[in-house]
Amino acid sequence: MPSILQLQNLQKYFATQKAVDDISFNIEQGSIFGLLGPNGAGKTTLIRMITGIFYPDSGSITFDGKPFNGLNDAIQIGYMPEERGLYKKMKIGDQALYLAQLKGLSRAEAMEKIKYWFKRLEMESWWNKKVEDLSKGMSQKLQFVTTVLHEPKLIILDEPFSGLDPLNANLIKDEIYGLAKRGSTIIFSTHRMEQVEEICDHIVLINLGRKILDGTVQEVKQQFKENKFSIKFSQKPESIDNAVFQVLQQKDNALTVKINDGHSSNDVLQYFLNQQLNIESFNEILPSLNEIFIGLVENTSATARAFQTIS
Amino acid sequence: MNKILIIAQREFLSRVQKKTFLLTTIGIPVLIFVFYAMIIYFSVKTTDNFQIAVLDQPNLFNGKLADDDADIVFSFVQNETASSLKQKVDTGKLDAYVIIPKTFDLATIKDSLQIVSKKSIGIMTRQKIQHTISSAIEEKKLLTGLSISKNQLDSLQRSNEIKFASTEGKNDSDVKAGISYGVGFGSGFLIYIILFIYGSMVMRGVMEEKTNRIAEVIISSVKPFQLMMGKITGIGLVGLVQFLIWIVLVIGLQLLLPLIFPDMLHQMQAQPMQPGIAGAANVAQESGAMAGIMSGIGLINWPLILGCFVFYFLGGYFLYSALFAAVGSAVNEDAQDAQSLMLPITMPIIFAMVIMTKAVNDPNSSLAVFGSLFPLTSPIVMMARVAHGIPEGVTVIQLLLSMLFLVLGFIATTWLAAKIYRTGILMYGKKPTLKTLWQWAIRKS
Repeated sequence: MPSILQLQNLQKYFATQKAVDDISFNIEQGSIFGLLGPNGAGKTTLIRMITGIFYPDSGSITFDGKPFNGLNDAIQIGYMPEERGLYKKMKIGDQALYLAQLKGLSRAEAMEKIKYWFKRLEMESWWNKKVEDLSKGMSQKLQFVTTVLHEPKLIILDEPFSGLDPLNANLIKDEIYGLAKRGSTIIFSTHRMEQVEEICDHIVLINLGRKILDGTVQEVKQQFKENKFSIKFSQKPESIDNAVFQVLQQKDNALTVKINDGHSSNDVLQYFLNQQLNIESFNEILPSLNEIFIGLVENTSATARAFQTIS
Repeated sequence: MNKILIIAQREFLSRVQKKTFLLTTIGIPVLIFVFYAMIIYFSVKTTDNFQIAVLDQPNLFNGKLADDDADIVFSFVQNETASSLKQKVDTGKLDAYVIIPKTFDLATIKDSLQIVSKKSIGIMTRQKIQHTISSAIEEKKLLTGLSISKNQLDSLQRSNEIKFASTEGKNDSDVKAGISYGVGFGSGFLIYIILFIYGSMVMRGVMEEKTNRIAEVIISSVKPFQLMMGKITGIGLVGLVQFLIWIVLVIGLQLLLPLIFPDMLHQMQAQPMQPGIAGAANVAQESGAMAGIMSGIGLINWPLILGCFVFYFLGGYFLYSALFAAVGSAVNEDAQDAQSLMLPITMPIIFAMVIMTKAVNDPNSSLAVFGSLFPLTSPIVMMARVAHGIPEGVTVIQLLLSMLFLVLGFIATTWLAAKIYRTGILMYGKKPTLKTLWQWAIRKS
């Protein structure tokens, strides 16, 4: 797949700090890309450079094969900031029309697309309501529509599911998949790691303005695996003592083990087979993104807030 | 450019379509008009046939005392006492009475006369009574006390005219100077008000966008400069429309005035402006003054004034509203933060107002010339000078220079303000100081 966006050695300094310090990565067209990082890591600054709000101090952005030009490429980008903003007193239909026209759509085009999206997300009856009459979730939906209705090549969503009930969250999630399937690229910025694992193809983790992780979700998990396995037996195993692995946890007839360096999972199986134990299941335990994230960011000077773990 | 228009259109429509816009645009002038009309009506209103009994014990007036319009009927009575007159007033047979005691001495000013009535008397009626009696007393004093003949008195009451003329040989009438003063002060003051009203409207609009966080969405589609200029243009249009409606309303209501109160204007014209000035010649003088005002209005160069007003209105508005927008972009939710940052903007406006009050009196003083050239004060000060006409108030060269400086000033402030705006609109958290604003403004982009 060709790259829709290439960042090369991007830097942005503010008076007191290096907000973005030499970040490079590529985003493939049609992928769902997770941009992760603790608060204050420089995500917003990075996104603002990609949306043309800020100019980088140095480095280059290539968008769709050409050097990025914030104003001309605005129509190709849809951005939904974390802090939602809409005119409270404006009617919803007019609001969507206005934002679409600012993107560069003609009135007729905008009207047609708004009607399509409002129908799709069951918002047709909202047209003459004002934003102040909407609940948080409803205005979230409206914001999503105004972000994507011009079907941009690049869609940047900052915490798109906050404030949505599970039904509406699924509705939006399906739309995101649909947009990606039709060729849009989605940059997805969130703190909810379980959503990242579920949705994203590729992730980049930044901390203190630098990129500290880059890869597909599977690659990252493989990279950070600790050779842990869970084994379940049909009966409770006898005392275990060997050089192949350590027992981390034992719960009735289930074990969690960590394989020592120089041994493989087959060695573990071999050992238990030799013990004449009946193995019911044998699984590798991959670290969750949440654990990887905390492991990487903790103990750095980042003032990271605790990330929400959803059990 | 097109996006500025889209933004301006929204700013304009969202304000004009509000109910409060209609209310303030149409309601306020109508309300003020009704208020004034009532005041005028009640003060001008004279009770027709106001009956006032005069018990003239020393026979001072020889039974002759008459109001010019004969609205007030002075009836001389004899064989009455204070208590019988009081009773007649109480029962409504008379509206008021006055007793001139036997001891009333023309030479001293110690004695006073008392008009006794049951109901409170309207201001106009009071003035008429006062005027009639006091001028009768004055005439009596002159004729008897100083033994001046009636002819001498008449010639005394006709004063010689004193006129002013300019070196160009034009007739520089008092009335015209007065009207120039009024027009200059009025239009300067109007621009002063406009700068504040619409400037702070721009500021509040920017603050709303910032606190709503919609600015970030919009700035990913348009340049911050386009957003700022769109807002300023839209609100400027609202101001123009509002003024147009006000002008139409004022003219319309003025035409309506004589229809509502058919004889009010006539009465107003007939009213002596300074009660106490000797009587007979007054009415003639008054109507002369009205005609003078009319011809004075004709002497003013209205196209010049209106043209300059629109130019300085727009120039001043664009110059200052960019600064107001910059302040709005810098502050956060707290409106109080705006106060301290607004000070450097409001100071020159108030300063301009002070210079303007001097400039209407002396349009060619060096302070007035400076104030009308300096772009931060010229929109207000120049109106005061232009009202005096060209070349009496301002030379053509000065006027053109002032306009040029205003345009340059507008470009300079907008350029600085746009830089502050661009940084401020996305900056949350700590309240910036004037020093940081200045750093944003002069920073290279």
